[in-house]
This record gives sequence, C-alpha cells and structure tokens, in this order.
Amino acid sequence: MADVIYSTAAFRHEHEGEWQAFEALCNRLEGWAFRRISDEELLALPRLYRATLSSLSIARATSLDAALIDYLEGLATRGYFLIYGVRESRRARLAAFFRYDWPAAVKGLWRETLIVFAVLALGIALSWWLVASDANWYHALMPEGMVQGRGPDASVAELRATIFGTAPEDRAGLHFFATFLFTNNASVAINAFALGFAFGVPTLLLIFYQGLSTGPMLFVFAKAGLLTDFVGWLSIHGTTEIFAIIIAGAAGLRIGTGFAFPGARSRMEAAAQAGRDSGAAMIGVLLMLALAGLLEGFARQLVQQTALRYAIGGALLLFWCSYFYLPRRRSGVGVGTK
Amino acid sequence: MTSAMAAYARRRDSMVRQVVTPEGVDLRLEIGSAGARLAALAIDFFLQALVIITFVIIFGLAGLNGGGAVRDIAGIGIMLGIFLLTNFWFIGFELGPRAATPGKRLLGLRVVARDGGQLSVASVVSRNFVRQLEILLPVQFMMSGMGDVLGAATALLGLVWTLGLGCFLLFNRDRMRLGDLIAGTWVVQARRHRIAREITEDVLEEPSDGPVFTHAELAVYGVFELQELERVIRTGDLQRKILVADTIRAKLGRPLVEDDMLFLVSFYRQLKAKQERDLLFGKRRADKNSELQ
Repeated sequence: MADVIYSTAAFRHEHEGEWQAFEALCNRLEGWAFRRISDEELLALPRLYRATLSSLSIARATSLDAALIDYLEGLATRGYFLIYGVRESRRARLAAFFRYDWPAAVKGLWRETLIVFAVLALGIALSWWLVASDANWYHALMPEGMVQGRGPDASVAELRATIFGTAPEDRAGLHFFATFLFTNNASVAINAFALGFAFGVPTLLLIFYQGLSTGPMLFVFAKAGLLTDFVGWLSIHGTTEIFAIIIAGAAGLRIGTGFAFPGARSRMEAAAQAGRDSGAAMIGVLLMLALAGLLEGFARQLVQQTALRYAIGGALLLFWCSYFYLPRRRSGVGVGTK
Repeated sequence: MTSAMAAYARRRDSMVRQVVTPEGVDLRLEIGSAGARLAALAIDFFLQALVIITFVIIFGLAGLNGGGAVRDIAGIGIMLGIFLLTNFWFIGFELGPRAATPGKRLLGLRVVARDGGQLSVASVVSRNFVRQLEILLPVQFMMSGMGDVLGAATALLGLVWTLGLGCFLLFNRDRMRLGDLIAGTWVVQARRHRIAREITEDVLEEPSDGPVFTHAELAVYGVFELQELERVIRTGDLQRKILVADTIRAKLGRPLVEDDMLFLVSFYRQLKAKQERDLLFGKRRADKNSELQ
C-alpha cells in the first residue's frame, strides 16, 4: 500500500484538528455561553465551518468510512444552522417585532378581520332580534354561567349593580381575577386560531357563538335603559379583548383560506406562508389579551364613571387602529415575513 | 438477510431530503421517524407534568403557609405558571439555538424550516399552537364529557379526532404534522456523532500474522457490504461477529485458521483500501450484486 499517495487516513489525520475545534466551538455556541466567545473565535467560526463542509465533500467522494461521513454530516448540519439559522440578535428581533412585524401581520389580515367582525356583528344582531321577538330565547342562547343576575326578569337596580360598584372585599382578589381572565381568554384565542385549520369554518362558528351570547345581554340592558352604561362597562377592556379575539379568528381564517384558496402558489407554500403571517399576529393577540385581562380585572372595578370608561376604551381602540393600520415605512425584514 | 438490509437502506434513503447550503454542499437531512416523534412528545409531556407538579407544590405550600397577600400571589403564580408552561414549553425550547425541546434533544431531533432558511418565531408559534387542536382540544372534550352517554359519545369523537389528526403524520412522506404543514417546517434528525476511531488507523503496523487476501477475494463485495461490515465491527456483539466472519469465510472458501476479530478487521482494512483506491479512479461498486462501474 506504499504506492498509494493519497489515503483517507492521511486526509483524516490532516483535518481532524479542525473538525474537533469546530465541534468544540459549536458546543459552546449551542450552550448558553455564547456571550463569552472571543473575537478570534468568532472570526474562526466561518473558516472552520467552510473547512468542515469541504472535508465533508472530500470524504463523501473518497472515503468509505460510514462513521466518519456521519460525523462530518452531523457537524456540518449543526454548523449550518448555527451560522445561517439566526441572523439577528434577540433584541433586534424583538424591536423588529414591535416596530414592524406585529402591525404588518395584523394589517395583512384586514380582509379576514372584516369578515370575522361581520360574523360577530351578525351573531349579536340575530340574537338581539330573537330575544326582542320572544324573551324565551334569552335562556336558550345564554350559557348559564354568564347570566349572573342579568336575566330578563332582573330589575333595573339589580342590573345597575352588576356594572357599577363592587364590594370592598372583592378588590383584594382583583389581580387573581385578572390572571384568570387572561389565561381563559388566551385559551379561547388559541383555539379560535387552531380551529381555522378546517377551512376556517369552526373558527367562524366559535366567533358567531360568542356573538350569540352577547346580543341578548345587550338587549336586556337596553330595555332597562342602561345600554350606554353597559357598553361603557364592556368597552373599557372590551375594545382590546374583542379586537384581540377577532384578530385570532382572522388568523385562523387565514390558515383555512390558505389551504382552500392557495392562489398561484402550491398548497404547501400557501399554507406555510399563512402560518408565518398569522403566527406573528397570534403573539400580538396574547399580548393584547394580557393587557385586556389587567383592564378587566383592575380598571373596570376601579373606574366607576361611564364617561371615563368610554374614554379609556375609546383611546385604546384608537391606539390599536392607528398602530395596526396607519401606513408606515418598512423598517426591516424580520419575524413575520422572513 | 441482505435483501432485508438493502430494503432498510432504501427506506433510509427515501427519508433523506436535499438541503443545499450557500456553499453548495448538500446536507442530506434525514426526516425524523414517526416513532421518534411520538417518543419525544411523550418525554416532553412527562417532563412538563413533572415541572408543573413541582411548581404547584412549591407555590401551593407557600400559599397555604402565608397570609392573604402571599396566598393571592401564589394563586396568580400557579395560574400563570401553568398557562405559560403548557403553552410556551415547546415554543421556548424550539426557539433556542438547538431548535429542539428536551424530548427532541434526547431523541436526536430538531425543527428546521423547509426551505433551509431561518426558523422564524412566527413559524414556531404557529406549529405549536396548532398542537392545541391536535391533542389538547380533544382531550378537553374527553375530560368534560365523562359519565353519561352523550359524554361517552363526545369522548369517542375526541379520540377519533386525535387519532385521525395524529396519523396525518403517517400519510405524508415528510412526516409533517398539521402544525409543520402550517409553519413550513420539518423535524429532522440531528444526532450528534462522536468522532469514531478509524478501524484502519494503523495501516502500516498491520500485524504480520493477519491473513492477506487476494485481489479476487476482495472483489466479491461492494460498498454496501463494506459499510455493513464496519457497522458490525463497531457495534455488533460477539455472536454476530462470529456469524459474519463465518459467512465471509464460506463465501471466500477459506478455512477457519485465525481469530474471528483479527480476520474481520484484516478483511475490512484490505477491502476498504481496495475500494477507496477504486474510488479514486472513479470506480464504485454499490453492492455485491452490481457491477464495478
């Protein structure tokens, strides 16, 4: 075998040091120690990565040592994802999310948002009309847990008590209540999103159902002449909360329509694009619901004047609309759109 | 036996996907198997449950022992903690530098974007929120409707639903769950191989009493057999080594004179040297049934 000038053993001896240096660097980068990487090591990273890729190509062409090829493939894959997987720092991605990705994702869902809003409004209008024509519909439409002394037989004073004033002992539990509301609403939003899969139909049904259980309540308060007060009581957190649920429904609908009507792209591509678009919106929905939970738990009980309630709710609605829909300069490429 | 091995190799090959780096090298990513995915999920759920139970016990004890304010905070902590752990366990881990939950790491899996590009936050969020639909929603159905007949029907529906959606993964070549489909991701194998000692490391110090094979004897096998032999030498047990050594001896028509391990290693070294030399001249023989080309 002395006549063989090139041998895979010699190749391996020559490059093994590089591979092991690269492996050690990958280990440190994948651990949480990447802040302690020195400048020299950082500069060595692409050099070692290319050396490993080149070794992999040579090994595939000349070596029959399966274990060696497996090792190099694994190492090259790790290196590839470390180098090309994340191109921005976490902070830059976070900033890009708030400045661009979130509003762009929601804005991109405007068509679905309008549809979901229309379905919700239809649910409210239909149930209002039903209850107005026959009061018995009230109990058919309202889930038992939501009535809480707000039935059609309740007196004006009783109704007023549900939207104004809380007993002092209740205030201690406000933050607990806020947390409960947040986790509960967030689960509904995630379900509305995930249900979009079946071409969006279950999402729309869920939203319609939410509308159905709101209309009768509005009717009862309207009959007692408390409509403005009740809407104020709802709007302080409702503008944020209902908006968030509508966006979650719209995101679910986007997934469903991405499947049903892929357009010029392949169905797979369309679904993946829909997932990326709606994913960013869903992160935003959870943030909005956290805020709505705080408002519902604290502000609604602490702020007792209807005008002030309208002011807070209205200001938030204005804020969300301008944040999402006002045209802005595209400041970077990031999370939502890749 | 060999046809079964060849079938195995073909099956493995059908799970390999081409991902070409900007440097022009194909990484040949292998799609993770359904079994590994299920095992990873089970491990994750188990760990999640463990963390949640510990968390609840710690906060619960703190809440019971403390006063009103402490109890309040403990209640919020439990509620928020469970919410965050159930919804963000997968998302948080998959956004890390390994793009894998603890379960996936144990099974040697990772999540990658199908186009080989950046794995975006939005993709990871979508793929994991859809799991809600696949598993948690039907489980809720089943839990809520226990007891009466209608409840049993709902539970059955939930079971069928989960099985149906769970099996979605089996009906596509890329082993994508619904969430992967939506997010544009794949789950691929990312096993970490230790660099193994080369079996032919000390070529020049080949023991003098080892058998020497003729060119004709080395020509009976191809690359596939060579790599199977490598696998047996590296990981096989003694029984298997003896079996393989006897099979090769029978094939070559050699008498049993030397130690089995010595025979196997010598044969492997010389076979590999011969085939790599052929490879340098552009000749490759895939397996024993095909021609040198």
